Amino acid sequence: MSRETALVTADWVEQNLDNDSVVLIEVDEDASAYDKGHIRGAVKLDWKKDLQDGVRHDFINQERLEKLLSEKGISNDDTLVFYGGNNNWFAAYALWYLKYYGHADVRLLDGGRKKWELDSRELTTDATERPATTYTASGPHDDIRAYRDEVIGAIGQKNLIDVRSPDEYAGRLLAPAHLPQEAAQIGGHIPTAGNVPWSKAANDDGTFRSDEELTALYADAGLDEGKDTIAYCRIGERSSHTWFVLSEILGYPNVKNYDGSWSEYGSLRGVPVALGDERGEA
Amino acid sequence: MCGAIQGGPSLDGVDVANQAVIQGIVTRDGEPVGNAYVRLLDRTGEFTAEVPTSATGQFRFFAAPGEWTLRTLAPRSASVDRPVVAALGSVADVAVTV
Repeated sequence: MSRETALVTADWVEQNLDNDSVVLIEVDEDASAYDKGHIRGAVKLDWKKDLQDGVRHDFINQERLEKLLSEKGISNDDTLVFYGGNNNWFAAYALWYLKYYGHADVRLLDGGRKKWELDSRELTTDATERPATTYTASGPHDDIRAYRDEVIGAIGQKNLIDVRSPDEYAGRLLAPAHLPQEAAQIGGHIPTAGNVPWSKAANDDGTFRSDEELTALYADAGLDEGKDTIAYCRIGERSSHTWFVLSEILGYPNVKNYDGSWSEYGSLRGVPVALGDERGEA
Repeated sequence: MCGAIQGGPSLDGVDVANQAVIQGIVTRDGEPVGNAYVRLLDRTGEFTAEVPTSATGQFRFFAAPGEWTLRTLAPRSASVDRPVVAALGSVADVAVTV
């Protein structure tokens, strides 16, 4: 993977608005954002209602995913371009999620909804109509998804990157500052994890920093390119953003997203936890 | 939308006693700006959170006690930085003009 295959610009999207094999997919934390205005032709995916099982604390299964994408009019050979609010957190999450289920051509709109809005580009409330398809998923592709036991085993062994804000990393906050404080039972981080907030990978307008800046960012944080990498945050969305940077833009091999993240890890009994601004010991 | 509502959005249903709230409104020429983005930067200038403004130009953060900076981005404007101090059990109201 590389920046050229992983990212598209807003200009590229405008030039491809009438290309039926390019499907824009909007994914927001606040799913009502799409209804107030979206890019023409974009399909809406609700990260919670559409993509979570609803009973088990996990993704929908392959069969339900196939039904969902078929109803949305998405084909296996379509180019999927994800965008959304929150600097593309949830868009990156949905991209990672569909790659987990084997979609071949997935890309992110650089800057997401914010840059589109700050550029004063057109949004519409017109409904999107796409004829139903027969979508076939594959996988699950667990080579990009980390689970708790692997994370515990990675302490002191693999690159662990905590992409939350410094105050969440240190245990001073339990959730991003725009949400009421809730979630995990305790604060802190996984011992030996470095703290590289996702925001350091993005410019103020939500676009990604240059390859040179990104490479230096993770090298300065001690990322060992010879080791496998696991990124995590609170619920797996911000770490999808960092997974995207490392795996899809910079092309590092063996990068996983731990979507259980701190909301799971910080509620587990008996696992090691580090508090404060230092990484802690294995 | 005519004229800007003073202060931040309603806090009905929020237990303010255990929160350090920072909120306010973004205006241009006295009118609310509903498509702006407000970022919360910590005492070192590090990004902590970001919210889009509501249709009435309003925003809110649940922060921690301490010194913060609000950085506002809006279409056709340079970004605007405003310092703010948050305290537990209180609401810091900030008016931002772009």
